[in-house]
Order: sequence, then C-alpha cells, then structure tokens
Amino acid sequence: MIYLDNAATTQIEETAFDAMLPFLKGEYGNASAVYELARDSKRAVFNARKQCANVIGAAPNEIFFTSGGSESDNWALIGAYEAWKKKKSEHGDRSFVHSGQGYSGHIITTAIEHHAVLRSAEYLESQGVAVSYLKPDCEGFIKPAQVLDAIREDTFLVSVMTANNEIGTVEPVCEIADAVHGIRKDILVHTDAVQAYGQICLDGYAGHVDLLSASAHKLGGPKGVGMLYIRDGVKFGPLIRGGMQESGRRAGTENVPGIVGFGAAAENSFAGLDAKISAETALRDRLLAKIGDITDVIINGPYVEGDSAKRLPGNISVCIRGIEGESALIMLDRTGICASAGSACTSGAREPSHVLKAIGRADDEAKGSLRFTLSHHNTEEEIDKAAEILTEIVLKLRERNRF
Amino acid sequence: MKKTVVVGMSGGVDSSVCAYLLKEQGYDVIGVTMQIWRPENACDVSYNGGCCGLSAVDDARRVAEVIGIPYYVMDFREEFQKHVIDNFTSQYVKGRTPNPCIECNRHVKWEALLQKSRDIGADFLATGHYARITQLENGRYTISASKTAAKDQTYALYALTQDQLSHTLLPIGEYEKPDVRRIAEEAGLPVAHKKDSQEICFVPDGDYASFIEKEDGIAVPGPGDFVTPDGTFIAKHKGITHYTVGQRRGLGVAAGERIYVTNIDPATDRVTLGADEDLFTSVVIADDVCWMGLEGIAPDEKVRVKAKIRYNHGGETGVLESAGEGKVKVSFDKPVRAAAPGQALVYYDETGTYIYGGGTII
Repeated sequence: MIYLDNAATTQIEETAFDAMLPFLKGEYGNASAVYELARDSKRAVFNARKQCANVIGAAPNEIFFTSGGSESDNWALIGAYEAWKKKKSEHGDRSFVHSGQGYSGHIITTAIEHHAVLRSAEYLESQGVAVSYLKPDCEGFIKPAQVLDAIREDTFLVSVMTANNEIGTVEPVCEIADAVHGIRKDILVHTDAVQAYGQICLDGYAGHVDLLSASAHKLGGPKGVGMLYIRDGVKFGPLIRGGMQESGRRAGTENVPGIVGFGAAAENSFAGLDAKISAETALRDRLLAKIGDITDVIINGPYVEGDSAKRLPGNISVCIRGIEGESALIMLDRTGICASAGSACTSGAREPSHVLKAIGRADDEAKGSLRFTLSHHNTEEEIDKAAEILTEIVLKLRERNRF
Repeated sequence: MKKTVVVGMSGGVDSSVCAYLLKEQGYDVIGVTMQIWRPENACDVSYNGGCCGLSAVDDARRVAEVIGIPYYVMDFREEFQKHVIDNFTSQYVKGRTPNPCIECNRHVKWEALLQKSRDIGADFLATGHYARITQLENGRYTISASKTAAKDQTYALYALTQDQLSHTLLPIGEYEKPDVRRIAEEAGLPVAHKKDSQEICFVPDGDYASFIEKEDGIAVPGPGDFVTPDGTFIAKHKGITHYTVGQRRGLGVAAGERIYVTNIDPATDRVTLGADEDLFTSVVIADDVCWMGLEGIAPDEKVRVKAKIRYNHGGETGVLESAGEGKVKVSFDKPVRAAAPGQALVYYDETGTYIYGGGTII
C-alpha cells in the first residue's frame, strides 16, 4: 500500500502512540477527581495543553480541547454569535432579538472553507445573521483588502482558513487579522487551521488571531480530539454544556489518552518541522514533475517548485482532462494506492467540489480532479511507483473514452 | 485469469446475494452503489427505505464487508437527473405515464454504470434482477424469464442492447425469492430479512404530482375539465399530472357507477372519465422500439407473441406486426385493460419466456 491521503488523516506517530499507552491502561483516572490517580491525568492534560499551545505561540490557558476540528469550527462560529448577542443585550440593545429588524449581525468567511465552517455559517444565516462568502482568486487566495471591504457595522466575526484542505493554498491569515483589528478591535478573527497545524510553521499565530481550530489526527495524533484556541480576554461561552472541564468552556470528561496523544504529536511536529517540510516539498515536487509528463494536466492552487510558504508542502491537487477522477481513484485503490478526489465524505461518494468551482474550474475539468497529500513518511520509491501507475491509468482511461 | 464483475448493489437482499453468488463462483467481484440522490432529498429517501438512499449505502457496505469484496459508491446524479427524473416529469406533464425503472436500467445502469465498470477494468456488470440471459438459436442474446413465475423482472429490461447483454450477468434469475433469502441467511448477510422496495425510489411517498411541482423548470399544467367520453363537462380537475389512465380513486367526482380515467389530453387539459369497459382495447401501438430476441420485423410479417402493457401485467397473446415509421402494433386475442401511453409494450415469444423486443405505448 502507498498512502497518499494525509490530508484525510495521518498514521499515528510512534511518540504519540507511546505517550497514549499508559492512559489507555493503568492511568485511567478522571482528570477532574481529587485522588493521586486523577492528578496524573490532570498533569498529563496540562502538559498536552502546553505542547499544543507552543505550536502557535499561545499560553496553555488559551487552549481548549474538543472532539476534533469540526466541533472547534462549529464552536468558533456559534460561540462568536452567542458572545455578540450577549454583549448586545448587556448594552441594553435588544433589537437583534427581533428577527429581520435592526441588528441581525454579520460574519465574513470564504467560499472555500471546510464544510464545518460553511454549514455553521448557514446555521447562523438561519438564525438571522448575514454572511459574506468571499470568492478567492484563481489560485485560491483571499486578500486582506477583500475582507476589509466586506466589513459592516454589525460584523462580529471573520473566519478565513489557514490552508485549504483541497488545493493547499496558504492564506495570509495573520495579515488579514491585523488588517481587521487595525480598523475594528471588536471583530473576532477565527482561522480553521486543521490542515496547517503541525504542517507548516504557525509560530506566533496566537498573537494575530482570536480563535484557531486544530485537529490531532492530521499531524500524527489520534482521531476524536481537537482544540480551539481562544485568545485570553475574549468573552466566549461553551458550546457543550454540563460540566466545568476546560475552565467551564467545554463540558465532558477529558479524553485523556486522546489529549496526551495530541500533545505528543504537536510537540513532535513542532520539533522536526523544518526537516519534515523540506522532505515533503521535495516529494511533492518529484511527483508533480512526473505527473507533468502526462498531457493536459492543470495544477489547482499556487505552485512554485520548492515553495512551501504559499502552498502546503505535501499537497498536490490536479485536474486531469479526459478522465473521471472517480474511476481513476478506484483503479488506484485496486493497485494499493490511496488518494482522493477532494475532501473525504461519509458516504464515500464524490461531492462536486465547491473549492474547485470557486477557483474557476469548469464542471468537466473538476470531474477529473485528484488529490495526493504526502507525508514525510513517504519514500521516493513510493512516489515513483505511484506516478508510473497513475500514468498508466490515465492513458487507459483516455483510450477507453477516446480522449 | 479471473474475470472481473461489478455488482450494482442497492443494499437489498437480491443484489447482496448476487454479489455473494458471483464471489462463490470465482469471479473477482467489485460492489458498487450508484449515488443518484441529491443532497436535499437524501434524508427523505433514506428514512423511507428507498432503494438507493444513504441507508442503502450503509447496508451495501456492510454486505460487502461480510462477503469480503471491495466496495465503492459512484456518482450518477447527473445521469439520473437527466435520463430518469427529467424524463419522468416531462412525460407526466404531457399526460403520459412513464416507467422510470426502464429509463434507469437503459441509461443509468446499462449505459453509465456499465461504461464506468468497464473503465475500471471489469468484464461484466451484474444486478439482482429476477431474469436470465439466454443466447437464442439465431445467435441473439435475450432476457428470459427467471426460474420463478412469482418474481418476474424481465419487463423493465427490454431496452438493453446486444452489446450490453453480452457484458451482463444475472445470477439471481436462477433462484426463487425464498431461496435467495435462505442463501443470504446462510451466508450471514445482514440484509437477509430486509423488506423489498416497492414504490418509485425517488418518490417514496407515491405522491407524483407534488414531486413534479417541486421540480425546477417544469411548467405544471393547471386545473382543467373532467369530461364524459362524448365530451360533456362533468367537473373541474386538479391538473393532468394528478391522473393516470385506469385510475379510479382520488378523482373527487361522485357518480352513480364506478368511473375511471380513460383518456388524458394534454393539448386541452381534458381528462375523460368513463366506464370500466371504455378502458379495454385490442390494439396497442408503440414507438421508440428496441429489438432483443428478434432482430426486427419485415413490413408484412406477422409474429405470434405474448405481450405485457405494464410491469405487473400477466401478459396476453396476440399478433405483432410493423405499424410503419419504426412503430409496431400488437393485436391482442383478448382486449387488454388500461394501456397507458408512456408505459412500455414488451413482447415475448408466445409462451412469455423470451423477450423479442419492446417499445413505448403511444
């Protein structure tokens, strides 16, 4: 098997696995209890909080563990709305309560966000909030000026992803946050960093954005655990109620083994980041060069050989004319190569990609989309083998369809 | 080398056993469920247990796990919309009664799915239909009745081409329904006791008129007149999409005797109501003809056939001949009841075993 779908999930890192083991066996204490067994768990959770905070230059008390990226994104958007409503009502302004009139509230996000953000934005729309979905340029970039132009008097949140899960574009999130805060300190800036956290350097991001979502299983940690960074001083209530865990902001017994694994994976990625990035970038360039031998291939998103600042180092997204991505994926699977057409979906079926549409791909081009997301665990031999098999598959499909 | 077959899996017991049997017979089996539902009605379809909803995917995937075959969901929403749903609505607003299963078999399963199956390297497509494929003495492939008369799904397969039939396997045709359930049980397939799907899969509540009204870009005919066979006005009706030839219930008209829809005229929006005997006809004409067991028919040729005018029709004997301009007609020995324009006229050999061909009733 050759695994080239690391944006969907990653294999668990040894260090994360080893760190988790004691908490899956003997160290089963509830971190909220009073006895020694519980204190071990509590210490481990605090340590993980520190490890996760370090990646973005945050303080441990600004990290709130969740069940994953989707919960974090839902919480960021819905929590920001609740906080805004609360602030309004504390100021004696109740007009927002009556729908349609006065303050409806407004948020700004992009057309290429993950569905966890988009569906939450739609939910807010159903609650009477206006939403601006910014359209990216043809490489997937959102410009700070676009965000500023969209700001309204009642804007309370800007949510722009750190890096796109399908096409790998790294957005100028810190610039956007600084520009927004430069004119309006009261607007919260959230970034969905699920694809970027632990993949590229996010050191210092905590100094720019107010809210940041991340997920453990995208960087060699376990599934079912994520975090929301909430900048110290931001008024923000819980999404999940029923306990005082996570400083009263996220109820539920701590997922201690998951959190410990997340912390270890975060520390591991932080420590070896430069080496990992250069390894992945080299593998990405190698595969793209070989895919480039196939005619009529369009690269989605920004691409400069050797660059990992504007595009995630391990991301390759292409549209191959004259084939159906769906058929190619099945044929790749039958030869043991794991790839994707875009984002993974629970039914297993391909959704028409809103991201490819937003960057201007026609429907028939988007049908031929394939995504390979590499990790530093991949080898040159794997990359060469995958390129060779992919080339054969493309030729076979094109011949059948007389492209 | 092992031959590869794609099995179209609906999540039901028949297609599940189909996959199981082919695996047992030594084929390299790939399970595929066609994604045909649209996001906005996915929940309706799955809650109502339609054949191809999200719950169908879960069931099919579990079956594939048990059998030990690779399983994929393939996207055919575009094809299904174009060939099945759009066709269904456009026929209904013209006062006709289409059979969407025929269109789905013809254009989605045996065109799009077969094409994709062959793209990924499969030699055959298989489904869980109660029907068999036979090669006749004239060398032509035809669909023939399954082992059991109790289950006959040949009717909706009449439009398959010779090339399609030569790349198709229908193993379920060799079994009776209780056998199929027993095989599923013995093989430990989790769908052994799942009930059969009945209604048209994309209209699970059977309310075609409201379905059509919700479709985009369709000008739904408004209210019109109910008239007697001689054209006398009886009452206003809700619009022709609410009626089908042969319908008795839901007319909202009180009459002394039992009355039925005997004709629908889309040009005048008139729906004719008449007595039961007005529904009978001896001659049925069809166009858009497909030939299967027979290669065609000469202008003056007459062939004894058994023909069906709807899915659950037992069939009636008669004489098949050309009606010119690519049309055919069947003159039945005994008049048939409620032949609805838009349904298929499928003609078999005189015993009703092999499909000779079929067309759309005009």
